[in-house]
Amino acid sequence: MTTPVVAVRGASVTFGAVRALSGVDLEISAGEAVGLVGHNGAGKSTIVNVINGGLTPHEGSVSYGGMASGMTGVSAARAGGVRCVFQELSLCSNLSIVENARLMHAGLTGFGWRKRALALIETKLSEVFPGNRVDCSATVGTLSIAERQMVEIALNFLDVSGPPKLVILDEPTSSLDSALAEQMLAHVRKFVSGGGSVLLISHILGEILSTSTRIVVMKDGGVVAARPVSEFTGKSLVEAMGSVVREKTRTGVRTVLDTSPTVIDIPATPRTGLGLKARKGEVIGLAGLGGHGQTAMLLALFRERSSNWLPHRPDEIAFVAGDRALNGTFPLWSILRNLSVGNLGALSKRFSVHAANEDAVGAEWKQKTAIRTPDMHLPILSLSGGNQQKVLFARALSTPARIVLMDDPMRGVDIGTKQDVYSIIRAEAEAGRTFIWYSTEMDEICLCDRVYVFRDGAIVAELSGDEVSEHNVLAASFSGEAA
Amino acid sequence: MTIFNTALSKPWIWSWLAALATFVLTVLFTGGASTFSLGQATLTFAAFSVIVGLGQMLVITLGPGNVDLSVPATITLSGTLALKFMNTDASLILPGLLVAIGIGLGVGIANYGLIKLLRIPPIIATLSMSFLVQSLAIWSNRGLRIKPPDELSAFTTGMTLGIPNIAVVGLTLSVAIWWLLDRSIYGRWISAIGQSPFAARMAGIPVDGTRFLTYVICAVLAALCGYLLACFSGGAALNMGAEYLLMSIAVVVIGGSAVAGGNSNVPGIWGASLFMFLVVSMLNTYGFGAGIRLMLTGLIIIAVIIAASRRVSAR
Repeated sequence: MTTPVVAVRGASVTFGAVRALSGVDLEISAGEAVGLVGHNGAGKSTIVNVINGGLTPHEGSVSYGGMASGMTGVSAARAGGVRCVFQELSLCSNLSIVENARLMHAGLTGFGWRKRALALIETKLSEVFPGNRVDCSATVGTLSIAERQMVEIALNFLDVSGPPKLVILDEPTSSLDSALAEQMLAHVRKFVSGGGSVLLISHILGEILSTSTRIVVMKDGGVVAARPVSEFTGKSLVEAMGSVVREKTRTGVRTVLDTSPTVIDIPATPRTGLGLKARKGEVIGLAGLGGHGQTAMLLALFRERSSNWLPHRPDEIAFVAGDRALNGTFPLWSILRNLSVGNLGALSKRFSVHAANEDAVGAEWKQKTAIRTPDMHLPILSLSGGNQQKVLFARALSTPARIVLMDDPMRGVDIGTKQDVYSIIRAEAEAGRTFIWYSTEMDEICLCDRVYVFRDGAIVAELSGDEVSEHNVLAASFSGEAA
Repeated sequence: MTIFNTALSKPWIWSWLAALATFVLTVLFTGGASTFSLGQATLTFAAFSVIVGLGQMLVITLGPGNVDLSVPATITLSGTLALKFMNTDASLILPGLLVAIGIGLGVGIANYGLIKLLRIPPIIATLSMSFLVQSLAIWSNRGLRIKPPDELSAFTTGMTLGIPNIAVVGLTLSVAIWWLLDRSIYGRWISAIGQSPFAARMAGIPVDGTRFLTYVICAVLAALCGYLLACFSGGAALNMGAEYLLMSIAVVVIGGSAVAGGNSNVPGIWGASLFMFLVVSMLNTYGFGAGIRLMLTGLIIIAVIIAASRRVSAR
């Protein structure tokens, strides 16, 4: 029995009230390629951050190579031979490839380090990606996204002061074409057969099944299955990711008449996949793994239907932000002003905002969405995140907009409020509003009349009526093996 | 006590306290001999700063990076061309005013054109625009010093019920801008853009249209100031706008408006403008040399800004 390269024991991580990891055990031994799969919020990124030292678990322990070294965090992980290729590329775009290598490998010092680094990188890059045409003396900013990804992968496999023992690859093929991806996976297999170990995260199940020796399936912050690859098929993998215990029952499914007018009609293109169509009174869900083009689609829809130069027609479209600090709240303003900003025209007489009207609308929506505050004139930042989110809901719903876009707006909202908002959405849809709802939560997707599943920036599946189920959404989100 | 606390929580209160203290200190030194004339001079000169300061305030409200550096050049060009157009003819006073406003509109549109079409940061765009405008002023001025029409000259230096006419104009414009900022939809919009342009866009605010309008208003106010200033001082001079570059920004900052945007106020512009003039007259009265005077001015401004920087959020 060899000592594991990394051993995570009973690790728990909580962010506020959210339990991101609950008592996870994970050991990775030399010569193992572990595939890690799971849906949004399953805890994949959290466990990666625990292993690479970026996060210290609130309970449990992490040890590298069986030794309890005095070091903690990132330095301990690096000393233990752990390298990490991040999903969002982590190279500095204003530095050259060689300089980036120096940042990653402190061992590249002394006279002539640039020359040595250049030689090392060129060798490694052509070893991982034979026949590549990357100019290794170039500045990272001048490289294409695929080239950056290639360089980042190669840099992490570099042997400067000791070879890497465990390389974490978080969606490494997301910007590579299939030929490059195959080259990389071939290198991973070679690396593993040579005694190295790899933790591979990918939404392409074919890659996971072809490259891993063992597959770990996560769900809701825990490991739900960990078995050798031979015991999985694409179908059983999708099933393992879904709810094993409870099967979602769809309640209150409505069929929107095909005769009701179409309010959004985006034609299918090779780049964006299937088209998107929304009828009056429909609740459309945008599903798939986080960051696969759903938010971009909502922003494009909004920009298309509102002017940047002329006053906006509030009966056309409204947007509910999910990332409040980025494009939701106005931090200097009161709750009331944050609520009323979406529909000032209706509250005004002769271009000036009518205070009594504004107060009335504030009181109405404070009651409707149960915003917990003694006074709507208090600053917006005095509210908890969930209550701020309610204000953003109220901002959109208090307008007469025909189309309401929602960018995963339920993060951090308590369950009681969620139920309230769901019923408001239902009622408003009955009354003829169209909702386009991006959500990373399966329960919410199952509330939608029709669902489009996104993968790699394109719509890959349309589910309607009884087809809307966790199993079908998962199967479409992960490509490679048809479920 | 609560009234006192409410007053202290207003960001503009510090500029007013500072102006009042400076006024008292000056009057004490002179033994009250020239209180009235000091008051009138202060009101007149402060009014010019107020007029350009109001425009600059609206621009600064738009958020980090927004500032109009073409203010001095616009003042100069508008004063020069308006006087040249009127050519001492009293019947052309109103058309002359329209010429000034037209220059403001032109500069404002050009400023935002540079910012938007060429994607230049406002600070660079308005600075380069100011060189163009200033060159235009030099080219059209050619050392001529044309007097304003006598009636206009009399109006700008005259008084109504003991208050300088210029101060009345400044006050009227201030009320208008206060309404825009505090009561109108447009005011909400610029405040929202100053806090987060992305959030403003997604709340349905026409961000480009609002910013465009703001740069135009700022340039028009500067042009108006140039028109009045040229008439007040008996002719346009090529350096007449120079001191208003820093002045227009200083009165916004000292007046308690947020430098980072999103939160501005009009009363502070008045307090700060009065204060800026009074500090210089106080130090003059005390008979300090130019070097000491500049140094003390700097120190006093820093002190007021520190006092006012106890930031309170808007309602």
